[in-house]
Amino acid sequence: MSAVTGEQPRQKWRGLERKNDVVTTFDRVFYWLVILGAVAIGAVLLWIAVQIAISAWPAIQAYGVQFLVTTTWDPVQNIYGALPQIYGTIVTSMIALVIAVPLGVGVAVFLSEDFIPNSIRTPIALAIELIAAIPSVVVGLWGIFVFIPFIRPFYNFLYDNFSWIPLFSTPPRGNSLLTLGIVLAVMISPTIIAISRGSLLALPRDLRQGALALGATRWETILRVLIPAAFSGIVGSVMLALGRAMGETMAAAMLVGNANQITPSLLAPGATIASLIAAQFGEAGRAQVAALLYSGLVLMILTLIVNILAEIIIQRFQNIE
Amino acid sequence: MATADGRFSEDGRESKINLTRSARTPFRNSFDTFMTILTGVFTILILVPLVAIVWDVAREGIGQLGIQSFTELPPPPGLTEGGFGNAIIGTIYTLGIGAAFSVPLGILAAVYLSEFGRGTRLAYIIKFATNVLAGVPAIIAGLFSYTVVVLTTGTFSAFAGGVALSVVMVPIVLRATEEGLLLVPQEMRQAAVGVGATKFQTISRIVIPAALPSIATAVTLSLARAGGEAAPLLFTALNNNFWSTDVWAPIATLPVLIYFYAIIPFRPQQQLAWTAALVLLGLILIVSISSRLLARKRFQ
Repeated sequence: MSAVTGEQPRQKWRGLERKNDVVTTFDRVFYWLVILGAVAIGAVLLWIAVQIAISAWPAIQAYGVQFLVTTTWDPVQNIYGALPQIYGTIVTSMIALVIAVPLGVGVAVFLSEDFIPNSIRTPIALAIELIAAIPSVVVGLWGIFVFIPFIRPFYNFLYDNFSWIPLFSTPPRGNSLLTLGIVLAVMISPTIIAISRGSLLALPRDLRQGALALGATRWETILRVLIPAAFSGIVGSVMLALGRAMGETMAAAMLVGNANQITPSLLAPGATIASLIAAQFGEAGRAQVAALLYSGLVLMILTLIVNILAEIIIQRFQNIE
Repeated sequence: MATADGRFSEDGRESKINLTRSARTPFRNSFDTFMTILTGVFTILILVPLVAIVWDVAREGIGQLGIQSFTELPPPPGLTEGGFGNAIIGTIYTLGIGAAFSVPLGILAAVYLSEFGRGTRLAYIIKFATNVLAGVPAIIAGLFSYTVVVLTTGTFSAFAGGVALSVVMVPIVLRATEEGLLLVPQEMRQAAVGVGATKFQTISRIVIPAALPSIATAVTLSLARAGGEAAPLLFTALNNNFWSTDVWAPIATLPVLIYFYAIIPFRPQQQLAWTAALVLLGLILIVSISSRLLARKRFQ
């Protein structure tokens, strides 16, 4: 550098300046392109919500709030009410949560503490994540031909001995709210396990050591210190799983029975919003499409609320950390 | 320690602390054992359906699997044999269209989040929107594409299916790509800027090439996820019993074919659904496992 004469660097410098003009413009264009891409992601979310609301507008005008509280679904006379489907969506996702939350949190604890060697734990965690990768249409196929024949004797047992309980008061058909609930539990457990395990693993070591030093046993430490400390992460994972259960379509359409009814019995076939849309949209006429879009809007609003709550809960957890 | 101190040993107070007797009562110990066994059983219980699904799909699907599965059309009702070659082509088509929309958009947004927007309010909002978008049910993506593409063009089409799939894919591409970009060491960026590279040169020549394996993982993961989705395709790509390579016509896809053939009461079609499920599940598991193993290797 010291060898160059006075004139050369100045020329070079000028060259650099010129180049910089072009490059800076290019840089700026790139910057705005990238921002555009980022903003587009948010815009897509808004677009989806607005687009579905607009398309459902004729049905919203025609049926109003009645749509949410009436039970008729009659494409011939164009009278639509989605209460059985809303009921079915809520009942099946609740069954799924009742099964999946203890199971999922238990497995998350088991796989985050060192009960078994790491070399076994990691493949198990990977295998559980793979359940989430199985296409729901394959789970549905398996449900129809393997799970329902397998579970039917248990249903018969429940009906024969406990039909005096309203929950088991109908003769079991394989396709039912309970069947879907159980299969949904399998499908959403990986979500609960992965996120709960993540928040348990993220806890500071001092917490565990402190509790153990005070004389707590391993499980007292887990139940009274670690789980409360990771609570928001666990709750967030449950909310995400709930959103997934409510929106699950193919397994629902194949396993719930698609019956437009509300009965207290879990052994009876029912319907969910997603299964209704999947089963009817293809052959629907104009007014029916609008009604289906309206029910889709209801589903979207429900899942949006759940997902946004999940996001807020999880992000708050991360901030504390 | 107390005895070594000497002070406590004189008044004998240390003898009241009996360190030989554990505070662990039999109940506390057995509760511990019980909980450990319970959660261990839970873990096995959750693995059972995974093994069962993979095993049953392999068992039911392997018999019919052959070269004709990939090269022939599905048989008309009543006949046997045949394959689902048209659905494989259709799946590739719709995935290709989905990727064409979602991959550039996802990567651009990920570059913003990791290179420009770290810690900004906009980045926070975009991340929030991405996570919410990831939670939007796949069938809603189908409804969206129906109202935007199918109603506009007046026909069910491979294109409409691709648009629906891109909505499913974009949050996956974005999140996995961002993760990969964040793994690129800060020193590499500083070094590039230090030798006079601009932001664009740094990102396009240093950061993105370094993160290329992660980006490839992100894209394959999103393809694996979207490739198994039937719900968004039910009323966008619809179905087609014949060969079709027309982007503006209905097209068959593997998941939709499995759905339709699972719910009709013809044994040959159900058999075909199992074989198609085996092919689909095999592809998806191979892609998921290998991309996860690659991702794990990079972290170590």
